[in-house]
Amino acid sequence: MSRMEPMLRIKNLHAKVRDTDKEILRGIDLEVRAGEVHAIMGPNGSGKSTLAQVLTGRETFEVIAGEVLYEGKDLLALSPEERAVAGIFMAFQYPVEIPGVGNLYFLRTALNALRKRRGEEELDAMDFLALAKEKMKLVAMDQSFTGRSVNEGFSGGEKKRNEIFQMAVLDPRLAILDETDSGLDIDALRIVASGVNSLRNKDRAMIVITHYQRLLNYIVPDRVHVMSNGRIVRSGDRELALELEQKGYAMVEPPVRQEAAR
Amino acid sequence: MSTSAKALQELTSRQYKYGFVTDIETDTVPRGLSEDVIRLISAKKNEPEFMLEWRLKAFRHWLTMKEPRWQNVRYPPIDYQDIVYYSAPRPKGEGPKSLEEVDPELLKAFDKLGIPLEEQKMLSGVAVDAVFDSVSVATTFKEKLAKAGVIFCSFSEAVKSHPELVKKYLGSVVPYSDNFFATLNSAVFSDGSFVYVPKGVRCPMELSTYFRINAENTGQFERTLIIAEEGAYVSYLEGCTAPMRDKNQLHAAVVELVALDKAQIKYSTVQNWYPGDAQGRGGIYNFVTKRGACRGKGSKISWTQVETGSAITWKYPSVILQGDDSVGEFHSVALTNNYQQADTGTKMIHIGKNTRSTILSKGISAGHGQNTYRGLVKIQKGAAGARNYTQCDSLLLGSDCGAHTMPYIEVKNTSSQVEHEASTSKIGEDQLFYCTQRGISQEDAVSMIVNGFCREVFKELPMEFAVEAQKLLSVSLEGSIG
Repeated sequence: MSRMEPMLRIKNLHAKVRDTDKEILRGIDLEVRAGEVHAIMGPNGSGKSTLAQVLTGRETFEVIAGEVLYEGKDLLALSPEERAVAGIFMAFQYPVEIPGVGNLYFLRTALNALRKRRGEEELDAMDFLALAKEKMKLVAMDQSFTGRSVNEGFSGGEKKRNEIFQMAVLDPRLAILDETDSGLDIDALRIVASGVNSLRNKDRAMIVITHYQRLLNYIVPDRVHVMSNGRIVRSGDRELALELEQKGYAMVEPPVRQEAAR
Repeated sequence: MSTSAKALQELTSRQYKYGFVTDIETDTVPRGLSEDVIRLISAKKNEPEFMLEWRLKAFRHWLTMKEPRWQNVRYPPIDYQDIVYYSAPRPKGEGPKSLEEVDPELLKAFDKLGIPLEEQKMLSGVAVDAVFDSVSVATTFKEKLAKAGVIFCSFSEAVKSHPELVKKYLGSVVPYSDNFFATLNSAVFSDGSFVYVPKGVRCPMELSTYFRINAENTGQFERTLIIAEEGAYVSYLEGCTAPMRDKNQLHAAVVELVALDKAQIKYSTVQNWYPGDAQGRGGIYNFVTKRGACRGKGSKISWTQVETGSAITWKYPSVILQGDDSVGEFHSVALTNNYQQADTGTKMIHIGKNTRSTILSKGISAGHGQNTYRGLVKIQKGAAGARNYTQCDSLLLGSDCGAHTMPYIEVKNTSSQVEHEASTSKIGEDQLFYCTQRGISQEDAVSMIVNGFCREVFKELPMEFAVEAQKLLSVSLEGSIG
């Protein structure tokens, strides 16, 4: 793939909630190149998280029109795990608890599943532990994380740090961060943001979904997009985020939202 | 249907791995049940008179009993005259004196089950008393156990060589009149295991028995008796499989445990009897009475069971906490898939002072499976300071299965504490998506989530069994993989 080609190209993407008529994405166009960080902002209900979940293949949603090319291939034809193998990672807005499954065991299973399907050698327990310990430092996670079950009993901040830790270990080419800042106090936000920043490089692209501009003070994006009612209605550089903070989402939304009026 | 629902359905429709029939000569009594059949069984086994008398007493009592119907399982009436009550591999000449003399077909069958006796004997240090249909065919490691003073033999042998112990303890925990199926077992039981650990002895190895039902239309009625004298310790493992048949087979076993002062008995079961096919045809009726008596002060009995097989599982491994400060434990994983049904749990009867019991039950339902936890915690008036903690968790896979929890609690004093916690959860689409987004396949994700759910119970199993139980659980849920 040439450096000029976008890593991700979304064309006129429409999606609805499966088995309903509820259309949430109403024609998204977006191009993301390797090395870039794109922020997607917008009010609640504008479709930001739906976009993240459609890109990662969550079956709750159904694509009804449009296409998504990832590294030149049809992304929508792939299952969620095939997308993970292709290098796509999502940091969840609400990381799921899996009782009784050790946090590191889970991550090692994931990493080895990816490596196996990519034709790479699986990591043994010792090598994996060395890798994990190194990456834990990025988000200031201590040893006590390792003995616990996946996200079970984690505070909101710990869950978000755990997502970034997983991202660091799984080393994706395209990372989608879905409201990683929500529920974080300022200290936790700094830790998470510095972890994310340390993972920025010329080969990796990131899509950072957020409601607030605050996060973008720490993770400075190359591009900012504003979503409203299932479409990207404004795009710009990070100045756009600052403008939004001053004027509020009212500047991109009609005075009365259709859903609210109904 | 959504793809994850479809995947769940595929995962939960699987083939039984242990369904093969071994073609060996068997020595069988005629179909049906009568005093004559019982006399014949007793005669075939060369039993002493007291044993025959006990059997007949049980049989006469059984004739007055009615089959219970209160349990939350459904099955057509059983024709007790259509069952063969005794089936033994026919010994070529005299009975086998060593493994070399055992019918090679039989050993092959064990190999298929993944329990090569030879290998077990050489490598694992586990003494195996293998029950094939009704007669113990090989008992290993006897010498080493004998040195420690531990008696580990088939029940038939114990009746002959240790009649005083059998007389003293047989029926002392589960009397011949206890319940319909235990009474039937008392009349017709064919074999089983016997363990005696003398005072102060820690049994030098895990003791293990594999049961397997082979002949068609045979009920398997084994009987196990374990006695731990003062300060003794023993850990006993039991694993079960049965071949595929389209008819149902009855398995009505009885297990009695006796723990004297400060003695400890740990009894672990991995049960994988044939569960029937995907339409619910065939499979084992596993109607078993298991009970332990903590007779001595400070004694402890713990039951751990992983029940993945059988068309119907119906059993309540229980502990009678008679000695002061005695401890009872019950750890259970029960999985029902396709049309399997389980009504299982425990009874903890607190009689002595400061007795403690813990119940941890994990029920998993998939397909059309119905899973009931039923448990009784009874604290008698004299059991001052008794405590119980119960936790029942149910996990549902799919939308056609069911989970039911029926706890019974009776407390007759004011100084005791009883706690009960229960939860029901579904494997969430969100949990599966979280795993698949990380690159883990749906099958592996289901297996990982279910194993995580059971972890607290698995860690109670001896190491080798824990690994086997995990594999079994995965196999029980997977479709094509195996």
